[in-house]
Amino acid sequence: MKLKAKMYNRTFEFHSVAEVLAKANEVKAGDTWQGIAAESQSERVAARLVLSRMTLEDIYENPVIPYEKDEVTRVIYDDLNQYVYNEFKGYTLGELREYILAHTGDEVLRLGRGMTSEAIAGVAKLMSNLDLVAASAKIRQPARCNTTIGLPGRISYRNQPNHTTDDVNGIMASMKEGFTYGSGDAVIGINPVEDNPENTAYLLKTVHEFMEEWKIPTQACVLAHVTTQMKAQELGAPIDVFFQSIAGTQATNDAFGITKDLLENAREACRQGGNSLGPNFMYFETGQGSEVSLEGDEGIDEMTLEARTYGFGRHFQPFMVNNVSGFIGPETIYDGREVVRADIEDLFMGKVHGLPMGIAPCYTNHMRCDQNDQENGTMLCAMAGSFYFMGVPGGDDIMLNYQDTTYHDDASIREILGLRPTPEFEKWMEDMGLMEDGRLTEIAGDPSIFEK
Amino acid sequence: MANYQNDMERMIVESVLAELRKSGAAPAAYGNTTAGSVIEDGVINLPDVDHPTLTNAKNYAAVEAMKQVTTARIGLGRCGTRQRTDTWLRFQADHAAAMDAVFLDVSDDFLKKNNLETITTRATTKDDFLREPNWGTQLSEEGVKKLHEICKQDTQIHEQRFHSTITKVQVQIIISDGLSSRAIEANIPEILPPLVQGLEAAGVTVGTPVFVKNGRVRVMDQVGMELGCDVVLNLIGERPGLGTASSMSAYLIYRPTKDTVEADRTLISNIYAGGTPPVEAGAQLVDLIQDILKYQCTGVKLNEATK
Repeated sequence: MKLKAKMYNRTFEFHSVAEVLAKANEVKAGDTWQGIAAESQSERVAARLVLSRMTLEDIYENPVIPYEKDEVTRVIYDDLNQYVYNEFKGYTLGELREYILAHTGDEVLRLGRGMTSEAIAGVAKLMSNLDLVAASAKIRQPARCNTTIGLPGRISYRNQPNHTTDDVNGIMASMKEGFTYGSGDAVIGINPVEDNPENTAYLLKTVHEFMEEWKIPTQACVLAHVTTQMKAQELGAPIDVFFQSIAGTQATNDAFGITKDLLENAREACRQGGNSLGPNFMYFETGQGSEVSLEGDEGIDEMTLEARTYGFGRHFQPFMVNNVSGFIGPETIYDGREVVRADIEDLFMGKVHGLPMGIAPCYTNHMRCDQNDQENGTMLCAMAGSFYFMGVPGGDDIMLNYQDTTYHDDASIREILGLRPTPEFEKWMEDMGLMEDGRLTEIAGDPSIFEK
Repeated sequence: MANYQNDMERMIVESVLAELRKSGAAPAAYGNTTAGSVIEDGVINLPDVDHPTLTNAKNYAAVEAMKQVTTARIGLGRCGTRQRTDTWLRFQADHAAAMDAVFLDVSDDFLKKNNLETITTRATTKDDFLREPNWGTQLSEEGVKKLHEICKQDTQIHEQRFHSTITKVQVQIIISDGLSSRAIEANIPEILPPLVQGLEAAGVTVGTPVFVKNGRVRVMDQVGMELGCDVVLNLIGERPGLGTASSMSAYLIYRPTKDTVEADRTLISNIYAGGTPPVEAGAQLVDLIQDILKYQCTGVKLNEATK
């Protein structure tokens, strides 16, 4: 493994795989904050040159956090397909970039089964924005809970009707409006203010009653801690899918209060006692920078840790993985340029892991970012075949205090790219008179259509 | 563009509403299908989004009722698949207010008018402040020096006023911009006078309040350790949402040390005209600080002590 590269008159020397991975990154506030970013543009490109010559085996033999020390590393290595790994282990990351761009989505999915997460991150670091979009667009591994997301020609949305006090009438009002724009075929997902089993169970029951009354083919979730949701299930709440935030180091997962065993138990609880068809029962949220903001980064760069998060997540065969890199804060993702880059990196890395990826190209008010950046990110990720986005009324999440994709954006993306909702949901919209030939009808956008 | 049918519907709805309004049964803008801006003295006000602006409602009253139970941006209507002009402008205005609250400094005029001296932290610019979260928790060398000077003056003032000698004050109030300079400018003039007067009336010695520029919550720990006072109160701007950019928090710590953790702090959040009004929060803080001095603790310990 060579760790030196010459850039015209300057030679740069690196000392570890982790250092090369960090310095090869596009500019990210989190790496700068950690003090691990390249100090010049030339050093950045030198790191990429070194990285492009490393083989899959070089990366495999040098995990950024040791197997013995970290549960995430163990999950990644234990789940690796050894046959595929052996077939490709002599390829350099530069060659793998070309392989991915030149081969079909299914061939890339097969390759992905033999790549450690660090290697997938490494290839992404060698790619331009359009490389990432072109590669992501062809990779599709659909997932099913009650309905299937990620089918060709389709794009779905999470209806996100959050409320400042969990007021159920307020939640239902936003949810109804979202449905009329075609948002909610991925999931109805409510972030609760009160993280307790009774509240979680109450919200789930109320939403399910509405879904049953209006025969809406989708799934619902209250995004409390997974242990809270499991207690809500014991109280009789209908569970379609369990939500949890996950991260790329054991230290950060400790801070989230989760382990591999806990998540396996949750999946089993949904498989045996849940309400849904399956076989995919988990909903994960992730984001570049969550590890460093919780002091669980182990000195590794945020993009590589995000890939490791996907390596951990794929173990549980989730129904959806939602990336919220723009939510963490300016100390990890500073501005519009950084967040758009992170969104398409994450979409690519997740898809190579075989995950059903959705993106929230979102931003907080203390980032140098605005709605135009958010919309640019949404359009790029839609072209790159994101399985779904969020749907937030007017883009303003009044409970989490950040901005995300609007119900309007959801409908716009479908009409711009000619994409449809899930087949069952499209039929439901047609039956309700909300959609014709994949376009909204005159009555769409009116939450009072559900009034009797 | 509204079609003929919608115009007809709107006329009918509006004539019914005009009747209702005469009897006081409907709010003024009820059923108005455009957000509209009130123009006063030739000045265009922000479009009102408290009422539905969709043009195709099957039941306007129902949408109006929905907007009463959530501040979410619903009932907006659409042009094609996009937002209408006025709701889009209002969104931009609200985001602009939030960004300006974060990125603009508290004005020099404001500080002068409210007799607030500035103490600096290691974060000299907003960019440093946002990129390096720890820098806003550490005072600059100059800041430490100035803090001690002000404290020394406070003990001299105390001697002149009360003819008794103290080496330190009991309570030091700091005002930090945090993530909203707007919150400071909106709330400090109302909260500070009743707070300081209330404490002094209760016989508590209070240091001259100072402004900590580019300060975070934990900067209060260093202030407490430097001055050796009993209680530090940090009035700090909260991260703005689109709903309000002027919300402020009050953090309290009793004799902080290097080992102080978040659970050791007592917090009142959501201080602004639409939440806990600043005057009311000031009165609450006077009582709370007396409890803290009595029980000699804050945070989880105080909750247990006052159970």
